[in-house]
Amino acid sequence: MKLDRKIVEIGRIIPRIDAFNKVRGLEKYASDYHSKDMIWVGVKRAGIPHARLKKIKIDKAKHLKGVIDVLTHKDVKGTNRQGVVRKDQPVLVDDKIRYAGDAVALVLAKDKKVLMHALSLIAIDYEPLPLIFDAEKAINDKKNLVHEDNPDGNVLLHGKIETGKGNKAFSECDLVVEASFEVPYQEHAYLETEAGWAILDSDGMLTITVSTQTPFRDRSEVAEALGLDIKKVRIIAPYCGGAFGGKDGITVQTLLGLAALTVPGKPVKIWLNREESFISSVKRHQARLYYKLGAKKDGKLHALDVRFFYDTGPYDHLGGVVMALGLEHSGGPYHIPNTNLKGWVVYTNNPIGGAFRAFGVPQVTFAMEQMVDMVAKRLNLSPLEIRLRNVIKKGDKIPIGTTMLSSTGITDCLNILKQHPLWKERERWKRDAPIFKKRGVGIASIMHAMGYGPVVPDYANAKIELTEDGKFRIFCGVVDMGQGNINSYMQIAANILNQDIDNIELILPDTEKTLSSGSSSASRTTYTFGNALIDASKTLKEYILNRVADLIMAKSIDEFTMVPGKIIHLPTGKSFLLKEITKFLNDSERIVTKHYRAPVSKELVSIDERLRLHGIPHLIFSFVSHLAYVEIDELTGEVEVKKYLSITDSGKIINPQILEQQIHGAIAQGLGYAIYEDFVVEDGKAKTLDFSTYIIPTAMDLPDIESINVELHESSGPFGMKGAGEINTNGPLPAVANGVADALDIRIFRSPLTGERILMALKEKKEMSN
Amino acid sequence: MKIRFILNGETKVIDVEADRRVIDVIREDLGLTGTKEACGRGECGSCTILVDGSPKLSCLMLAAQLEGREIITIEGIKKDSDMHPIQEAFIKHGAVQCGFCTPGMVLVSFDLLKRNKKPSRDEIREAISGNLCRCTGYQKIVDAIEAAAKREL
Repeated sequence: MKLDRKIVEIGRIIPRIDAFNKVRGLEKYASDYHSKDMIWVGVKRAGIPHARLKKIKIDKAKHLKGVIDVLTHKDVKGTNRQGVVRKDQPVLVDDKIRYAGDAVALVLAKDKKVLMHALSLIAIDYEPLPLIFDAEKAINDKKNLVHEDNPDGNVLLHGKIETGKGNKAFSECDLVVEASFEVPYQEHAYLETEAGWAILDSDGMLTITVSTQTPFRDRSEVAEALGLDIKKVRIIAPYCGGAFGGKDGITVQTLLGLAALTVPGKPVKIWLNREESFISSVKRHQARLYYKLGAKKDGKLHALDVRFFYDTGPYDHLGGVVMALGLEHSGGPYHIPNTNLKGWVVYTNNPIGGAFRAFGVPQVTFAMEQMVDMVAKRLNLSPLEIRLRNVIKKGDKIPIGTTMLSSTGITDCLNILKQHPLWKERERWKRDAPIFKKRGVGIASIMHAMGYGPVVPDYANAKIELTEDGKFRIFCGVVDMGQGNINSYMQIAANILNQDIDNIELILPDTEKTLSSGSSSASRTTYTFGNALIDASKTLKEYILNRVADLIMAKSIDEFTMVPGKIIHLPTGKSFLLKEITKFLNDSERIVTKHYRAPVSKELVSIDERLRLHGIPHLIFSFVSHLAYVEIDELTGEVEVKKYLSITDSGKIINPQILEQQIHGAIAQGLGYAIYEDFVVEDGKAKTLDFSTYIIPTAMDLPDIESINVELHESSGPFGMKGAGEINTNGPLPAVANGVADALDIRIFRSPLTGERILMALKEKKEMSN
Repeated sequence: MKIRFILNGETKVIDVEADRRVIDVIREDLGLTGTKEACGRGECGSCTILVDGSPKLSCLMLAAQLEGREIITIEGIKKDSDMHPIQEAFIKHGAVQCGFCTPGMVLVSFDLLKRNKKPSRDEIREAISGNLCRCTGYQKIVDAIEAAAKREL
């Protein structure tokens, strides 16, 4: 196909390089590895949510024809523990079963049929323990504990921030609104379920090719849990078939490693089926939230009290960090001088709560954005007007008391919304509702932080070389889970080196070839690795030009320019092919590595050092305003989103198509969360085990989305950009909920906003008015 | 049992258990991993192949059902050139993110454009509604199919 691949400009659409293979079915994902001599590996899951493990009966399975081995915790030589912050999750259960998805035994078999049969032959003897399933109640339960060794009982982390006069300021308010909210788990539902392939070679090197967002962290975790030398573990991370946070950390890596160690020289494969993926994988935390918001009669928000409880299930995963980010964003993008914010993230025997795009922020946004609308209504202000009067500006304090120092475009986002036809024509559109339909318009305004926060090093190491063919090769340690960051890296390098994109190659993350650059998460990938890569590319260019200048005894490198494939000496017009020049460079000139560490906030918001460790406070934020046109069927209660508008400030744009992909995808997941997705757990057991019960949006369920960008320049970002991967996930739930309230004059405090729930609310309202 | 069928224009004779799933035959026995599996129950469309020109879910088909059929997988969709115009449109219009749904999406689009030369956006949405995508929100996929239709395949 004809693509403009000449010298690549920043801000222009460069079609994604990965799409060329993906669209032909040629890209090899972790789940695509296969060979005739490979061994299938499967996991025996606990199936019960809380019990003391007594005995694992594996004999029948072990003696089944075609079974190569059956492994339990006794076969794990290392710590048998994994986890990002608290290492509290066993590779294979050794003392207690803490949720139904716990891995109890591992079977190695010659084919999938034998594997399934063998798994069914394993029996678990156990002593049931009382179920801990309500996060809020579990915080005070000192008797029934998920982890007996946790110093805070069932509380994984509690965070508390008070600013101004705290709750005392409510007495100064003209108006106070209170409400409580509930949100369920959300399942990532990446299409490629957890998958990987591993082999132990004759040199004792364990190589694991896996669908992951975190190859370098995985390597440490695998080595420690299995008792291996970290140098003997290699993780290769191909493009993921989706991840969205669900592959931020160990999924099947240690299990694969354990299996491979048992059968040296033979490749082993794990690929979870959809049901097992739903049962065992991490989810967006289910949560209960209590909000109290006070305002002055001029519409200024004055005091906020928040208490919320995030259910993290049995293991830390990243639960503490998720809660902390929720806490940091619990007051939204508003200047509220007096706040009292408290969050708990709590162990239970429910599925694991963990990282999921937007990371603890959608829950609090659901609450806060409805609170703001409720206050607006009482003050007879429009939802837009109250936001315009209260959103933060650069230099203002955000609700946790730190100063907003990044580019701050939320006012711009709202002003564009104010001028947009969808806002201006909303009343007419609502009046035009067909029979048995009610229409409403909801908005939301949101900020979202980027990066790891003040303590955990937020860095990247970019390596780039001039190859022997005269091309440029980037060594990238940050995974592309589908978001297209790889393409942006190539675009950045091509731009700085003045090359066609075809002259740029890229090595995907591999702990043996590329350098540690942190996780593919936290809206950080392009910002952090991009900054490192800009530095590396500029330096390499300088090295190359210096070498050429020396070769022809030119006065300065300023006499040269680099163009695709060659260097031109401007005064003489002489050109030098890169594939010739490369021969004159030694490795230290030809290969450049640069380290970049993201700036962090220097402000202290809490005496609790643990909150800082878990990411509070952040320095750089992106902003959006959202608008949803919703139509409700009065007969079924079903909500349909007819039109959707997003206005995003994520700094300058590197590739508008990739940014729009992120905006669309995040909104689609957010609308799923708002209307359809309800991961049901009863007595610790997941009940929605497939796509016919766990409903994610199809092409028929989503509207065309209009997206507009406010291109403010973020001075610390590569070419002025800042993170955009997550923020738009936050808007749809509150925007739709506010739209429903606008249409029906009913507040729904529990998501998702299913037809059933709305119909019940309509019925209740009718009964009340009777 | 011995099964004879045409795969991407080539006659194949394979000896395989009659109840082996077609997706496993294609991916594991024949090494064409462009056909993806994401649910294994006919709910997501990732494993779509064309059977005698119509889209079918290969996770719900058994090997014996291949006998005498003409099968096209994503690897066989291209005509003479390197890429089919639908594939080009998917790239150009940003319809690919993680790419796991892409092969199935391309094949159902191929079927749609064969039946309906000028589909409306609603018709496109309906045609791909059996194929789940978790990354794109579908809009750019619809854009791509609409653009491909205008190029007169």
